[in-house]
Amino acid sequence: MKNSVEVKNISFSYGKTEILNDLSLDIKEGEFMVLLGPSGCGKTTLLNCIAGLLDLTDGQIWIEDDNVTWKEPKDRHIGMVFQSYALYPSMTVEKNLSFGLRMMGTAKDLINEKIKNAATLLQINELLKRKPSQLSGGQRQRVAIGRALVRDAKVFLFDEPLSNLDAKLRAELRYEIKKLHRDLSNTMIYVTHDQIEAMTLADRISVMKDGLIQQLDTPKQIYNKPANLFVAGFIGSPSMNFLNAKFKKSNQNIIVGNKQIDISKYENINKLINDQEVVFGIRPENINIEKNENSIQCKVELVEPMGADTLVWTSVEGNPISIRLEGSSNFNLNDEINISFDINKSSIFDSKTEERI
Amino acid sequence: MSTIPKGPRPKHLTIGRIGLYCFIIMCALFFLMPLYVMIITSLKDMDEIRAANILNLPKELSFYAWPKAWSQACTGFVCEGLKPGFVNSVKITVPSVIVSVALSALNGYALAFWRFRGAYFFFGLCMFGAFIPYQVMVYPLLKIEDFLGIYSSLPGIILVHTIFGMPILTLIFRNFYASLPIDLFKAARIDGGNFIKIFFYVIIPMSTPITIVAVILQVTGIWNDFLLGLVFAGRDNQPMTVQLNNIVQVDYGVAEYNVDMSATILTSLVPLFVYFISGRWFVRGIAAGAIKG
Repeated sequence: MKNSVEVKNISFSYGKTEILNDLSLDIKEGEFMVLLGPSGCGKTTLLNCIAGLLDLTDGQIWIEDDNVTWKEPKDRHIGMVFQSYALYPSMTVEKNLSFGLRMMGTAKDLINEKIKNAATLLQINELLKRKPSQLSGGQRQRVAIGRALVRDAKVFLFDEPLSNLDAKLRAELRYEIKKLHRDLSNTMIYVTHDQIEAMTLADRISVMKDGLIQQLDTPKQIYNKPANLFVAGFIGSPSMNFLNAKFKKSNQNIIVGNKQIDISKYENINKLINDQEVVFGIRPENINIEKNENSIQCKVELVEPMGADTLVWTSVEGNPISIRLEGSSNFNLNDEINISFDINKSSIFDSKTEERI
Repeated sequence: MSTIPKGPRPKHLTIGRIGLYCFIIMCALFFLMPLYVMIITSLKDMDEIRAANILNLPKELSFYAWPKAWSQACTGFVCEGLKPGFVNSVKITVPSVIVSVALSALNGYALAFWRFRGAYFFFGLCMFGAFIPYQVMVYPLLKIEDFLGIYSSLPGIILVHTIFGMPILTLIFRNFYASLPIDLFKAARIDGGNFIKIFFYVIIPMSTPITIVAVILQVTGIWNDFLLGLVFAGRDNQPMTVQLNNIVQVDYGVAEYNVDMSATILTSLVPLFVYFISGRWFVRGIAAGAIKG
């Protein structure tokens, strides 16, 4: 499949502050790419660079096999949706939608037809005559999406579009954006700091930190095989449990304090060296409560019932550990439990490089 | 008797409140006093002005001073009243306000959204320009206008007012635009607007409150100006303020206080009117930092 957007070795700095340095990213045609990262990681800057709203310090941007590095935003075949909606407050919804087309000098009939299609798709037909100030947050964001829609953008850029909405609306619109992508199959680039949005929407996620792409892969891979400690800790809620440990080659165990865990089932066990300092990472749902020769005894310290599942907190050698269990499970404070780890679903990182082994 | 707290808290008239009202009323009276004196004096005839206390209400109303001030009072050698001055003031104020506000809006927009090289330096320059007392620049400007051949003419005075109004107006517009969400501007750029189109279709429709503030500032400032009008307008275009001065400062004959008073009120009527009709907008514009889209 050919690439829709190619970011080639771009750098960007504000004065002396370097935000992006020699970053490259290829986005396939029709792909839903999510740029995920904590605030200040450069994801919004990258999006603005792609949109042409910021001038690069170095590098190139290609959209649809066209070097658009020096082109104006309007000539890049993009539509953009902002966190603040950015609807023109003095225009009605209809005028907001048609603004881009009117600027291009599109014929009136065509404009009306396109608005009708977009409005039907987004269910904002009744709102066309209203001003943005008379709309709710969710409606405003629909209009903002519609504005990108009517322009027949080849690439949709979303800059944290759901962050200003409440939880329920967010889930609703998330679903609709996903459906929109299914129906239109345009290339979409979506910036967010919300990992749920990233996991649910993306074909591929690129996790960013300090202007660098930490990992670029499918949501499943990123969740199950995080490339480094940062990605492992950032993705997943509650986050992955970490234990500092030392590897013993002789019996294929890792030693945590004075406990031993058999990791002979770990996929890349051969890459570990004797006495290597490692971080053992395990997701809350990959811990089972069962007694066997490899289990560790500990005490329930806190229980968080969340409806669908229950979170049980305990600790191993002073490290807090969360365990995700069925919603129906019943535990009380200070219960003695035996926990065992699903080793082939765990991740082991080198302490120094923080890379996954 | 004690009542159980329920619903809205009852409002009591406290001593502090009463004191506050008294203070406000006193302030209002203090500032309204001169206006009161002006109005009643303009409605007395000269005999009564000479005979009675300045604060007394007129015994019988005499309206003769008003038409005289408007169309017969002598300003120097001609005795046509303030009417020509009013016409001149309109001819000076209207174009000056339009040109200076339009240019300043464009400047402020460029400064706020198109961060060109040296924008901050230019911003600082405006700040500096806004605080220079304009008396300092009267003579150099006079020489420049003389060189350009527009000294003592209508275009000459309009240019002067435009120049002096622009630094502060540019600052006002820039600060207003800087408070608008930048995403709006980004969205407009993606939607295909260029420098001018974004200004006309997106920015100007959102500028109503701040434009009204700017217009009020300029109308009152230019209408009330005396010095620049005296120096730059030339004899044929003297604004109302200069002619008012000529009426009041007569060197011969009797000083007609009633005519002076009505002439003064007539002259200040325009700024007063502007404030009255625009008060609501003025407050809104001043507080217009937070316009939500």
